[in-house]
Amino acid sequence: MTQPILELKNIHSGYGSIKALKGVSIRVMPGEVVAIIGANGAGKSTTLMTICGIIAAEQGEVWYDGRMINKVSPEKLPTLGLCQVPEGRRIFPRLSVEENLILGAFYRNDTEAIAKDIQHAYEMFPILGERCNQEGGTLSGGEQQMLAIARALMTKPKVLLLDEPSLGLAPIIVQQIFDIIERINKEDGTTILLVEQNANLALQAAARGYVMETGEISLEDDADALLNNPKIREAYLGE
Amino acid sequence: MIQEFKKVIKSYVIGMLWLLGLLWPMLGIHPDGTLTFQKTVTVWSYIVAGSFVCLLIYVMKNSGALDFVAKPLAGVSSNLKSASNTLPTWVWIVVILVAACLYPQFTNRYATDVAINVLLYICLGLGLNVVVGLAGMLDLGYIAFYGVGAYTYALLNTVYGVGFWFSLPACALTACIAGCIVGYPTLRMRGDYLAIVTLGFGEIIRLILNNWMSVTNGPNGILGIDRISWFRFVFEDGMTFEHMWVKKLQLFYYFALGLAVFTAIGVNRLNYSRVGRAWESIREDETAAELMGVNTFIYKLLAYAMGAVFAGLAGAFFAARMKFVSPESFTFLESAMVLCMVVLGGMGSIPGIILGVMALIALPEVFREFEAYRMLVFGATMIIMMLFRPAGLIPAKRMGTRSEEKEG
Repeated sequence: MTQPILELKNIHSGYGSIKALKGVSIRVMPGEVVAIIGANGAGKSTTLMTICGIIAAEQGEVWYDGRMINKVSPEKLPTLGLCQVPEGRRIFPRLSVEENLILGAFYRNDTEAIAKDIQHAYEMFPILGERCNQEGGTLSGGEQQMLAIARALMTKPKVLLLDEPSLGLAPIIVQQIFDIIERINKEDGTTILLVEQNANLALQAAARGYVMETGEISLEDDADALLNNPKIREAYLGE
Repeated sequence: MIQEFKKVIKSYVIGMLWLLGLLWPMLGIHPDGTLTFQKTVTVWSYIVAGSFVCLLIYVMKNSGALDFVAKPLAGVSSNLKSASNTLPTWVWIVVILVAACLYPQFTNRYATDVAINVLLYICLGLGLNVVVGLAGMLDLGYIAFYGVGAYTYALLNTVYGVGFWFSLPACALTACIAGCIVGYPTLRMRGDYLAIVTLGFGEIIRLILNNWMSVTNGPNGILGIDRISWFRFVFEDGMTFEHMWVKKLQLFYYFALGLAVFTAIGVNRLNYSRVGRAWESIREDETAAELMGVNTFIYKLLAYAMGAVFAGLAGAFFAARMKFVSPESFTFLESAMVLCMVVLGGMGSIPGIILGVMALIALPEVFREFEAYRMLVFGATMIIMMLFRPAGLIPAKRMGTRSEEKEG
């Protein structure tokens, strides 16, 4: 049996006295797409922020690629191949599309490879190529989401954490974004941990899924099984 | 046109009455308790007359009554604009540098003195621009590092007799260390909290200078600091150096100009470097920058230290020029002034800041006769500026070369 590339062991964390996570354990295998679904305030985003060390874990361990990363500072993670696309895009609004991408490759100093990767990003997202000199903040929501993903890909991640890529986007754009996520996983072999409120879409894209409720994992199963689980259908798929 | 006029006249009348209400307590209430109206009404009627003419012109222009003047003017200005765009940037830089070099040859001592002040403030403004404009941290205690630089030279010179040029790196270093010491605890804050903490630290440094009698001589300041000295080759008997004091103000002007040019080049290089890009990402979104692998703490500290270095250099020049330093020169008002220059000129824009400094140093000198109303005019200018040009006199162009430029 292969080792999980990313593993959370009994993680507790929160904001001051508010406990957002109460013992979360998640395992992600190399090459997998795993979805975490749950309602607002279930602790999904907190989980990703804790993995990246932006919020410190009070208890428990985060293991990545054979080492514990609780004490690794957030800016070191891209060099290790762990990168997050944060909730709400958070691109750099007053920098151009190209500068946003260059910043994604901040830790790298292989100039030629970076230029090549930027071209690759423009092939993957042609709309970004058209707008490469436009300020990031002037892009539409869907384009910004694409930029955020492209920027994260510039770090050459082994594991990509995606926080609500469908947030506030039109259904047709959401479909495009999910196609791209699938492509990244298939073509580059990038492992993806996906956090979504749109359970239906997320579970279709993922191989396995976790259901989160008030800071705890309430259910863990294969994505198909979750999709067919009557409780899940009732609670998250609106039936 | 009448229609247009009706629309604005109401708010104009209200505004002018409001101004009268503001003006009267300032001009009409006297310290001995008497109340007068004569002066208020006179000043007020001047302002009313002046602004009414402006209003009329504005309304006429909007309604098209002035088209016969406006159209040719617009043509001329757009021609000028396209001409200035076709000229490469270096032409502008050369023109400005030549003008700056010739300036003291054609002006009197007083004008040169003002110009030196402008040059030193350009260094301060550009240094603060690194902190505020690039890294996006609001620093209200910036002038403290100017003070640290000035006192370092003053003490090294008066106590140990170290010359100006040997002190200069030391001034940069002490300012840098002070920046790191202040920055290390404060840069964990963000936004408003950072502003308040920097304000506090700025005051702490000033109070140390003020109260450390045994070293800084407290509020009395330090007297008798040496001028800038320089060496000249003398060929008469072999090759020797002649030690010279820069006594002429003109010569000092050129040294200050050199410092300003050095600062401008330095800040420009920093802006376009990898470090500058990291600073801009921190300004835009600190968490996202961190997630992309930017060590935000180190880069923020670096921005703070770099800003302090430029302030320290300017401080050394300040001490050498005044030959006297006292804590009074480094009050919060000075920090606020430098910040105003940066914001007025345009955050992140080097030509903008130079213009902003000239506006805020030179213009008050020009209007010295209105001394009493200077701050009033100053405040009004800031309000009008922020209403009409919120991004500054010359807004920053986006950094980095754009691909159209590369192609073209």
